[in-house]
Amino acid sequence: MIQLKINGTSRQFDGDPDMPLLWYLRDVVDLTGTKYGCGIAQCGACTVHVDGKALRSCQTSMKTLAGKSVTTIEGLAPKADHPLQKAWRETNVLQCGYCQAGQIMQAAALLKDKPHPTDKDIDNAMSGNICRCGTYQRIRAAIKLAASGKAAKA
Amino acid sequence: MITVKNVSRRGFLEGMFSAGAFVLATRYLPEDAQAATPLDTAETVDSSAWHPSVYLGFEPNGSVIIVAHRSEMGTGIRTALPMVVAEELGADWSKVKIQQAIGYKKYGDQNTDGSNSIRSFYQPMRVAGATARTMLINAAASKWSVPASECQAKDGQIVHAASGKKAGFGELVALASSQPVPAPADLKFKAPADYTIVGKNIAVTDQDDILKGKGTFGQDAKVPGMVYASIERCPVLGGTLKSVDDSEAKSVKGVIGTEKIAAFKPPAYMFQALGGVAVIADNTWAAMQGRKKLKVDWDLGAHASYDTTAYKKELQNTVRQPGTPERNVGDVDKAFAGATKTHEAEYWVPHLAHAPMEPPAAVAEFKDGKVTAWTSTQNPQAVQQAVSAALGIKQEDVVCNVTLLGGGFGRKSKPDYVVEAAMLSKQVGKPVKVVWSREDDVHFDYFHFPAAMYIKAALDEKGKPTAWLGRSCYPPMLQPGLRNGGLGSMGWVDVPFDIPNFRAENGKAEGHVRIGWLRSVANIPHAFAVHSFIDELAAMANEDRVQYLLGALGQDRIIELGGRGGRGGPSLYPLDTARTRRVLEAVAEQSNWGKKKSGGGKGYGVAVHRSFFSYIATVVEVEVDNGKLRIPRVDTVVDAGLVVHPDRVKAQFEGAAVFGAGLAMSGEITAANGRIVQSNFNNYTVARMDEAPMETHVSIIGTDKPPAGVGEPGVPPMAPAICNAIFAATGKRIRELPIRKQLA
Repeated sequence: MIQLKINGTSRQFDGDPDMPLLWYLRDVVDLTGTKYGCGIAQCGACTVHVDGKALRSCQTSMKTLAGKSVTTIEGLAPKADHPLQKAWRETNVLQCGYCQAGQIMQAAALLKDKPHPTDKDIDNAMSGNICRCGTYQRIRAAIKLAASGKAAKA
Repeated sequence: MITVKNVSRRGFLEGMFSAGAFVLATRYLPEDAQAATPLDTAETVDSSAWHPSVYLGFEPNGSVIIVAHRSEMGTGIRTALPMVVAEELGADWSKVKIQQAIGYKKYGDQNTDGSNSIRSFYQPMRVAGATARTMLINAAASKWSVPASECQAKDGQIVHAASGKKAGFGELVALASSQPVPAPADLKFKAPADYTIVGKNIAVTDQDDILKGKGTFGQDAKVPGMVYASIERCPVLGGTLKSVDDSEAKSVKGVIGTEKIAAFKPPAYMFQALGGVAVIADNTWAAMQGRKKLKVDWDLGAHASYDTTAYKKELQNTVRQPGTPERNVGDVDKAFAGATKTHEAEYWVPHLAHAPMEPPAAVAEFKDGKVTAWTSTQNPQAVQQAVSAALGIKQEDVVCNVTLLGGGFGRKSKPDYVVEAAMLSKQVGKPVKVVWSREDDVHFDYFHFPAAMYIKAALDEKGKPTAWLGRSCYPPMLQPGLRNGGLGSMGWVDVPFDIPNFRAENGKAEGHVRIGWLRSVANIPHAFAVHSFIDELAAMANEDRVQYLLGALGQDRIIELGGRGGRGGPSLYPLDTARTRRVLEAVAEQSNWGKKKSGGGKGYGVAVHRSFFSYIATVVEVEVDNGKLRIPRVDTVVDAGLVVHPDRVKAQFEGAAVFGAGLAMSGEITAANGRIVQSNFNNYTVARMDEAPMETHVSIIGTDKPPAGVGEPGVPPMAPAICNAIFAATGKRIRELPIRKQLA
């Protein structure tokens, strides 16, 4: 039996300990905001925070999560008003939207680490997150907007 | 809740589509407006108090329900088409509810493909809004005993300015529904100058849900009692199952069982299921793990020797020989015979995969002889057709609910994965969710065709082409032996340059994997070859590229294509070289072209291409350093006619710059022994943030013309503009894609 927290709620897991967190979130807990994109940590669509650190949930097995605290896009900010979510709205970043939860979770970890990232910092942090619609320039702009503290819209 | 008797929808709809400033092709229009609607649920247009159109309904509380019958895959169409209805209606956008349509032919064409949604449905949406607005105004005018001509619709109300009387749409529903339906010829449309919704950058309707992680994509669909399936398919097209040992698979925790799926009926794979062995489980992970334990023996069939290296040579040999003329002007052979100077070159573009971020997925439930599906599809009516054919049931007994799509790019027009889910549900007696892995997506895509191309030109003393022979060869889509034409001629027959002798030819090739269209289709290889070749001619003439292109375009004129060069009406969308010239001039100005100096590893390239009736000119800046390519800046000028949502249009071109740069830099699918070599984003690489164009600047011009396509036309100019920029930077001419391995 593995005990962990998902978005602040205590959970118990007694399934296959090798099951990746991604599929536990999506199929068992019904938190489908975290997306499957590649299954081999190449695309970043499944990015979540584990104890505050950005991880690829497709490569994070349940057996490594005992006592850990997991945050998904659904739990990033109670009113979906994280500075990045506000900046994403203001910049109209998303196209299809499928990768954007992973992008935002990755960017949130970046800003925690580097509140005022340079272009190079953004490249380094975000190049593991693929967007096939090609919203990169707006992602970059939105990260900078969030970092500036000027993202206005709720 | 008051109930209101509906007006004759037959009369309304016949009127709707018989007139209008932009007359539309009838094949896009509803055929079955009067059909019973057993599939509708609560809170839809069809169950609303008054629904004068299949696209538009009203509730007495003031709600306006607008149907989005096209699929949302990131273009913003689920917002943009309802904006057109709301504009003509004079609606209050905050009271508009958008209902995603199921697949149903009464809505007209639903294949969200071909950059076609606004192009084909701008006018029907205007008609729907204007008709209802006229009836609401007539209702208010009769209630107040004032002339209808003195009343206006604005912000969800009818207003009589002289008396100050106002009434919300909701109050007028009962009265409006009994008004005569206006004749289409009598409809008055708003002047674009008066638009308050169209042309505004309204946030897309799904933005908030998606940012909260609440938007439902096909991969997210779930219904009670559902089981999960992961399918092992034959690695070679057309192979069949000899035997399977599933004993180990069944021992995996969570695995419920296995099911065989019958192979498709050759030769046309079309949208049929490929066939294979499905592992059924109580979660996706278990299904995938169980599948790894299957021991399957295949009869690989006729395509087991497919090898893309040999195939490339075959296609190249084909274009060195005469092909079938697709378009012929003047006398190319005579011009070559008399020419003092000629130039020829060959180009190559490999197979490409769509790789949308969301791999294909579908939930289907077979119950009482009927199928209900929930899936990310670009074409819910194709789902109905393909599922009904596979299961031997009627099309109307297939209900296809459309979720959000995590990208499409043409892949999700082909509903083979929904057929798999429906077949499995029938076999196991439960709702089944079929989840394609990324490896499934890359191995079993409907690949973009590889193309070999050859171009030869005769040149006058100034280096301007006097004759042009283009030969292109690529395998057909959806069936191994079909002949190409139509879609395949895009970008090849409609070369805009003023050349008195012109012949475009097509060579025959067999397909050995599934082939389908990908964002901008044949324009990808053809634009690459045509706009690289014209750059080569400009280089030979030692002339400024923009000046050379303007000279090659010649006098402004309409080019007669005889219906070729893309679907749609040449009368509404003629190839008008004045528009080509204008976007080229505009992009030169925007990019400050005249002051740019290439050389020393920095270079500027340009390409101007028309596709899906839109004219696009693109300038790319590159830096080549130690074999590494960077794209600091892209400038694009778009003439796509009338634009409904400028910000979403710009976003499409920003995205197309990334998509086009990605395929040019590294896009390549290869096959050996009939099997696709690549498997995932580690070996089928797509543009990442640190490789994508750093900034793309998009301008929109020409909005007084009828609306044309925007989803695809940004892609074709990218590869040639990049390669032309590389030539300007380094002197190296790239004639084969992808670029990556050639810069080292």
